[in-house]
Amino acid sequence: MLYNKGVYMGKQTIAEKVFSTKCGRVAHAGDIVIAEVDHALLTDASAPLTIEILKKIKRNKVKDPKNVSLVIDHYVPTPNNKVARLHQTMRKFCRETGCNLYEMKGISHQILPELGHVVPGDLIIGADSHTCTYGAFNAFASGVGSTDIAVSMVTGNLWFIVPSTIKIQLDGRLPQGTVAKDVILWLAGKIGSNGATYKAIEYTGRIINEMSIDQRMTISNMSIEIGAKAGIMPYDEKTEKWLSRISVTKSMEPVWADKQAIYDLEIVEDLSNLSPQIACPHRVDNICSIEEVEGIPINMAVLGTCTNGRYEDLAKADEMLSNYDLNPNVRMLIIPASNEVYLKAIRDGIIERFILKGAVVLIPCCGPCCGTGNGIPSDGENVISTANRNFIGRMGNINSNIYLGSVETVVASAIKGQIYDHRKL
Amino acid sequence: MLNFAGCAYVFGDDINTDYIIASRRKRDTIDNKELAQFLMEDIRPGFGQKVIQGNILVAGKNFGCGAAMEVASLVIQAAGIPVVLAKSFARTFYRNGINGGLVLIKCNTDGIEENDELTVTVTKGNIKIVDNTKNVIIPSEEIPDKLTDYLLAGGLISYLNRDGSI
Repeated sequence: MLYNKGVYMGKQTIAEKVFSTKCGRVAHAGDIVIAEVDHALLTDASAPLTIEILKKIKRNKVKDPKNVSLVIDHYVPTPNNKVARLHQTMRKFCRETGCNLYEMKGISHQILPELGHVVPGDLIIGADSHTCTYGAFNAFASGVGSTDIAVSMVTGNLWFIVPSTIKIQLDGRLPQGTVAKDVILWLAGKIGSNGATYKAIEYTGRIINEMSIDQRMTISNMSIEIGAKAGIMPYDEKTEKWLSRISVTKSMEPVWADKQAIYDLEIVEDLSNLSPQIACPHRVDNICSIEEVEGIPINMAVLGTCTNGRYEDLAKADEMLSNYDLNPNVRMLIIPASNEVYLKAIRDGIIERFILKGAVVLIPCCGPCCGTGNGIPSDGENVISTANRNFIGRMGNINSNIYLGSVETVVASAIKGQIYDHRKL
Repeated sequence: MLNFAGCAYVFGDDINTDYIIASRRKRDTIDNKELAQFLMEDIRPGFGQKVIQGNILVAGKNFGCGAAMEVASLVIQAAGIPVVLAKSFARTFYRNGINGGLVLIKCNTDGIEENDELTVTVTKGNIKIVDNTKNVIIPSEEIPDKLTDYLLAGGLISYLNRDGSI
């Protein structure tokens, strides 16, 4: 559905443009619109409820099943009888409706882009808060609930409040050893866990432009940790190149903000002196520079999740571990984000070297990040993780402490047995 | 028109969905009634078993942040709580609540204390909250008309059903 572009007025943000296209009229921040959804995601944490809702209202036909994906990634492999039944329900539902089922392939937020379901200009919803990861591909992607997905599956549309936008322009050049994860943690510390609630974020500036797609995904992924409805990256030759390597059959329409777009807030910051950042227990916006928390003993290190389980992340860890051994007091869990990432890491010898170093490699899934899989920390233990959340009990034990940091920080800390500044290795 | 009267359960800022209902509980069942006994267990042990039908949750800013899981708002309803008053809500929680017919109202909750007796009235374009213990009216933000329609219908699905579009 395309609307008359003559009425753009030249003052729209990316979010306003996407919603205008998807609802067929000019949309402005604050409007409530009924918009056409390009792809809808359900995981095994949210699909059962959606299926139950559809059953309750006696709707067994999905309007556009090829644009609906059910991903089994939270409870993998199936840990008990109850979940086994939930997974069975999902498989049966997909057989009956023709929706895509992806099981034991990896984390939804990694595999949907790999499978070509996410393209620039798309409006994507997922019943998982980290759906905003797809913003890295210049799409408007947002987490919603199970009822929302049920409605969009039947009607193809959903209600939205068009968000206002915060523009975040990151200038300068990141110093050696500071990466995308540090940038988004810094931002969480700066604006707080609800600093962008109800709002979209547009990321721009030289630091963003120089980042790989993997790194941009880390930032878009954690945009929800500052409350954002979407965390949208620019479309450029890196996006184009990434998409050219996979098979995309959908048409794509990259979106740029108008020069005179009206923003709620513009944050301009030069991050040329940023240190590695750490989110301390039990809040993602409880941010310290690495210098302030060095020396805290670590029992477990987790490398993976939809935030940082991509090939670049594994390759970085491999490079760092080549000259060091893991500290004997640290259990290190590594979880590739998808089978594709896993296979590439196997072919390149990375996985073998991890195992020889004493790390444990889990199959691609959400893993220990949300306490739904194996790898639960013990009472009083400190965990350093590349994940996106450190709430009390997040990893399955309310008596453990979770620190969040970059791949570099997690690996250095696993080597030293304590939170450690990797730049000193 | 929707009318509610109940006592306040007061919580702080940034009550996330993992605090509302822990993921580990969700793994074992999707029965909200069963889950309701674990409501807020990590921050107020035993709370879920003590909730009195019709009482009202009161919180600070960013209520419902964290995961998009709808079970968070459903468990609150299953525990018998029909209304949440907060300074602000995380957006997916807000969507889920409204979609399910849980009344969510943004207002300054600073003056409300545990056990205060509250009455809440919702009509299209008008919300009235009274703290009867303190004898004050609490000013609140409006709920957009479209979303009030969903609430009055008992949720999005009932609304669309009635409207014939689903």
